[in-house]
Amino acid sequence: MTILTRRNFIKTAAAASTLPLMGRAAFADEPLKVGYIYLGPVGDFGWTWAHEKGRKAMVDHFGGKVVADYVENVAEDQSATPVIKDLAAQGHKLIFTTSFGYMDQTLEVAKAYPDAKFEHCTGYKKADNVGVYNNRFHEGRAVQGTIAGHMSKTGVIGYLGSFKVPEVVMGVNSFALSAQAVNPKIKVKLVMIDSWFDPAKEAAAAETLANLGCDVIATHTDSPAALQVCEKKKIYGFGQGADMSRFAPHAHLTAIEDIWGPYYISRAQAMLDGKWASDDAWWGMKEGAVVMAPYNKSLPAPVVAAAKKIVDGYMTGTYDVFTGPIADQAGADKVAKGEKMPLDKLAGIDWYVKGVES
Amino acid sequence: MIVDFLIPLISTVVSVSTPILLAATGELVTEKSGVLNLGVEGMMLLGAIAGFAINFAASDPQFADSAPWLATLAPWLGAAAGGIAGALGALLFGAIVLGLGANQVATGLALVIFGGGVSSLIGTGYVGMALQPFDQIFPDSLAQDPVYKLVFGYSPLVYFSFLMVFAVYWFLNRTRAGLVLRAVGENDISARSIGYSVVGVRYAAIAFGGAMAGIAGSYFSMVITPLWAEGMTAGRGWIALALVVFSGWRSGRLLLGAYFFGLFMTLELYAKASGFSFLPSQFWASMPYLMAIVVLALMSARGRGGAEAPACLGKPYMTDA
Amino acid sequence: MRIRLEKRREPSQWMQAITPVAAVVLTMIIGAIIFQLIGYDGPRAVKEIFFTPILASYKWSDVARRAAPLILIGLGLCIGNRAKIWNIGAEGQYILGALSGAGVAYLTQGFTGYWIVPLMIVAGIAGGALWAAIPAFLRTRYNVNEILSSLMLVYVAAQLLNYLVTGPWKDPNGHNFPQTAPFTVWQMMPKTILGTPFPPGLFVAFAFVVVFWVVMSRTEYGLAIRVVGDAPKAARYAGFSADRMVWSALMISGGMAGLAGVLEAASQSGQLNLGFPSGYGFTAIIVSFLGRLNPIGVLIAGIVLAVTYVGGQVAQSAVHVPSSSAGIFQATMLFLILASDVLVRRRIRFVPAPKPAPVTAIAGAAK
Repeated sequence: MTILTRRNFIKTAAAASTLPLMGRAAFADEPLKVGYIYLGPVGDFGWTWAHEKGRKAMVDHFGGKVVADYVENVAEDQSATPVIKDLAAQGHKLIFTTSFGYMDQTLEVAKAYPDAKFEHCTGYKKADNVGVYNNRFHEGRAVQGTIAGHMSKTGVIGYLGSFKVPEVVMGVNSFALSAQAVNPKIKVKLVMIDSWFDPAKEAAAAETLANLGCDVIATHTDSPAALQVCEKKKIYGFGQGADMSRFAPHAHLTAIEDIWGPYYISRAQAMLDGKWASDDAWWGMKEGAVVMAPYNKSLPAPVVAAAKKIVDGYMTGTYDVFTGPIADQAGADKVAKGEKMPLDKLAGIDWYVKGVES
Repeated sequence: MIVDFLIPLISTVVSVSTPILLAATGELVTEKSGVLNLGVEGMMLLGAIAGFAINFAASDPQFADSAPWLATLAPWLGAAAGGIAGALGALLFGAIVLGLGANQVATGLALVIFGGGVSSLIGTGYVGMALQPFDQIFPDSLAQDPVYKLVFGYSPLVYFSFLMVFAVYWFLNRTRAGLVLRAVGENDISARSIGYSVVGVRYAAIAFGGAMAGIAGSYFSMVITPLWAEGMTAGRGWIALALVVFSGWRSGRLLLGAYFFGLFMTLELYAKASGFSFLPSQFWASMPYLMAIVVLALMSARGRGGAEAPACLGKPYMTDA
Repeated sequence: MRIRLEKRREPSQWMQAITPVAAVVLTMIIGAIIFQLIGYDGPRAVKEIFFTPILASYKWSDVARRAAPLILIGLGLCIGNRAKIWNIGAEGQYILGALSGAGVAYLTQGFTGYWIVPLMIVAGIAGGALWAAIPAFLRTRYNVNEILSSLMLVYVAAQLLNYLVTGPWKDPNGHNFPQTAPFTVWQMMPKTILGTPFPPGLFVAFAFVVVFWVVMSRTEYGLAIRVVGDAPKAARYAGFSADRMVWSALMISGGMAGLAGVLEAASQSGQLNLGFPSGYGFTAIIVSFLGRLNPIGVLIAGIVLAVTYVGGQVAQSAVHVPSSSAGIFQATMLFLILASDVLVRRRIRFVPAPKPAPVTAIAGAAK
C-alpha cells in the first residue's frame, strides 16, 4: 500500500486533474490505482478485515502493476462523499465502497468522475461507471443451519440480525430452511438490533435469545460479542465474516468467511484489459467467495459430513437451499415443490419462512 | 417455569443495569457537591479502554511463568485502571471548571468528545483482541446453579455496584464528611464561611464521579463484551445522567431507577425475540428516555418545583479574592 | 511570588477576540507534539487537518457543505446560551426538521410546482421549533432542566427517524432498505449554487449571520437575552419575562436546527436514511462557544470546525491517523477556549508572597 505523503498528495491531486486530457496511453505505464473505503477498522476481524485481506491478495497477485489504498472507519453518512471524492481525485481508477450505506455517495462521486469506475458492495443502484457486487452468503447460512439442526437439543435456535434488509432476510430464511431439513419441528427466534455494530446490544440480544431457549445462535452483526455470550452460556454459535474461534474456542462451530480476493483480482484484471463493465456480480461457494471456517474439533463426524455435503452441493450446483416447497410465516405457499427461487426475487425478499419467530 | 423464565431475565437485567448504576452513583456524588459533569460518556470510554488495555497487558502469556499471579489479578488491575482513567478525565474537567471558573455544560461536553477521541486513538491497537470475561467469582456450585446463580453468578463489579450504592448512601446521610459535601452543594458561600474548602470538596467529588464512570466503562470492555470497540458505551453515559435526575438525587431511588431502565432495555429485546410486535420496536427503544422525561416532570410538579436538585448545581463558585 | 487571578472591572474585549484564535493555534501546536510523540507525523497531521482544506480548492465545497449546518445551528444556540438556557437537543431538532421536510415530500410525491420546496423548508423550521417547544414547556411549566429533557428527546427523535424510515415512509422501490423514497426534482434544492462550489445552506447561513447580529446588538430582544443571562435578578426587575425568554430561545434554536436539517436533506442527501444524523447538533454547541456566542464568531468558528472535519478525513488517507483525531482536536480547542475564558474576566497578577506581617493583611483587605 502506498503511503500518501502530503507532497505526493498535492502532486497527485494536481496531476489527477490533468489525467483525463492525457488519454489512455498514460495508463499503460503507470500502475493501476485502486481505492477502498471501509466501514470499520481493518483490525475488526470481521467484515472490514475480510475486505482488507482481499485487497492485499489482489495487490500481491499483480506485483507492481496494481497498487491499492484504503480509508477505514468511514461513516455511512454524508461524510463518506468527500472521502470517495478524494480517492477519485488522487487518481484511483477503480474504487470499491464496501458497505450498503455508501450507495448514494458512490453514485454522486461517480457522476463527477466519469472516467473512474466504482463498485458498490451489497447495493443495487448502478450506473455506467458504477457496478454492484455481493456474495451469496446465504449459502454459508445453509451450512450453519444444517449444523444447528443437528446440534440443537432444545429445538430452538437463534438468529441475531441487524436490519430487515434482503441480505439479512435471506440469511434468516436459509438458516431456517436448512435447519428444518434436519429437524422439521425446529424453531428460529429472530432479534433485529437495528445496528451492524453495537457490541453491548449484541451481547444483550444474544443473552435474551439464550434465555428464551436458543442453544445455537447465528449472528449477522459484525462483532464477536454474541459469540462471547455463547461461550459464557456454554451454547453454540457461529463466527461472522471471519474465523472468530479465538473469541469462543468451545462455542465457535464454524464461520462464514468472506473471501474477496478472487473477485477483486478479476475486476482489476478487467480494468487492465480495458474490459470493465458495470455488473451485478453475485459470487458464492462455487467461485470461492464464500468459505466455511474450519469446523470445531468437538463437532461429531456425522454433523461435519452433513455440513460438507451442503458445501459440495453448492460447489457442484446440485443443491440450492431455496428449493420449494417454501411457505411463509402465514403459511402461504411461496415456492412450489421442486422449484428454485429465482435470484432476482431473492434480492428483494422481505418475508420470512414458516418457523421463524420474529 | 418461573425459574426458567424469570431467573435468566433477571440475570440479563442485572448485567444491563450495572454500568448505568455505577456511573450514576458517581455522578450523584458529583452533583450533590454542586457540580454538573456532563462528561460521563467520555469518562466511561476512557475507563473502558484503560481497563481493557491493562487487563490485556497483565494477561499476556509471557508473564505466565514469571508472575502467574498477574493473570489472576489482571481484571482487578483493569478495573482499577479504568477508575483511574475516568478520574483523570474528571480532574481535567475539574481543573477547568473549578480552577478557572469555566462553564460546566460546555466543559462537560468537551470531555465527552475528548474521551471518545482519546479512547479511539489508544484503542486502535486493541481492535480484534479478546480477553477472558471478568465474570463469576463464586465457585461453580453456587454460580452455575440454576437458582442460586441469581445471587452468586455475577461479576465482582456487580457486587461492587451494590456495595457502592450503600456506601454512598451511608456517606452522604450518616457521616459528617457527607454532610459537608451536601452543604457545599446547597449553599457554597455559607459552607465557605464556616471554613470548609468548597473547591477541595468539589474536586474530591468530581474525582470520585470520574472513577465510578471509569469503572462503569471497564464493565463494558471486560464483562459484557470482553473486547474493545470504538464508542462501545453507545450512549449509556447519557442514560446515567438522566438516571441521577430521575432518582431525585437519592441513592436508594438510584438503585431502583437503574434497574427500571435496565428492565425496559431488556424487555425491548425480549419483545423483539418473541415476535411481540404490538407496538413498533422503536417505541420500546424510546421508552427509557420518555420515561425519564415523564418522571422528571412528575417529580418537579410534586416537589417544590425541582428544588430537590442541589441548589448550587451547575453554578460556578465565585470567589472574588 | 504567587499568581493571582484578579477580577477585571470589565470583561476584556481584546481578550474576547484573541482567545479563540490563541486556542486554535495552541491546539495545533499541542496536537502536533502529541501526535508526533505517539508515532505519527505530527506536524503533517496538523497541516492536513487545518490547512489543506483551506488551500486545496477542490476541498472548499466539502468545507462549505459541512459549515452551513454548523453555522445555522450555532447561531440559534447563541441566543439560548447567552441567556444561559442550554439546548443540548439541537441534534434532535435537526432530525425533526429533516423529518418534517421529508413528510411534506412524502405527501406531495405526485405534485409539481415551485411551492413544494418552500413548504418543506417552512415545515422543517416548524418541526424543529416544535421539538424544542417540548423542553420549553417542561421547563416553564414543570421546572424540568432543559439540558436533560432536550437531550432525551434526541434519542426519541432518532427512534422516530428509524421507525419512519423502516416503516411507513420506506421507499417501495428501495429493495426494502431503510430509506425514504428519493425526493423528486421538485422537492430538491440544487446541491451547489450556480457556479460556486457552495451549497444553498451556506448563503442562507450568511444571511442569518447578519440577521442575528442585528437582533443581538440592536434590538431590545437581544438586550433582554444578554441581561437574562448575565444578571437574572436585574432582568426580572426590568420586566423581562423569564418564561418568554425560555420559549423564544428554545424555539429559535430549534427552528434554526430544523432549518439546517431540512436544507441538508433537500439539497444534499435528497433522501432520508438511518445515516442521516451526523452529529451537527452537538458540534454546533462547540461552534457557538468557540464563536464566543457572537454571530460573527459563530460564522468563523463554524468554518474552522468544518475545516477540521474535512481535514481529519484527508489526514486519515495522507498520514494514517485514526478517524478519532478530528474529535481530539476539536475537544482540545473547546477545552482551551473554555479555559482561556478566565482571561476575559480576570487578569493575571504576580503578587509577592504574603509576609506574616499585619500591614500586608490590612492592605489586602482594603483593596
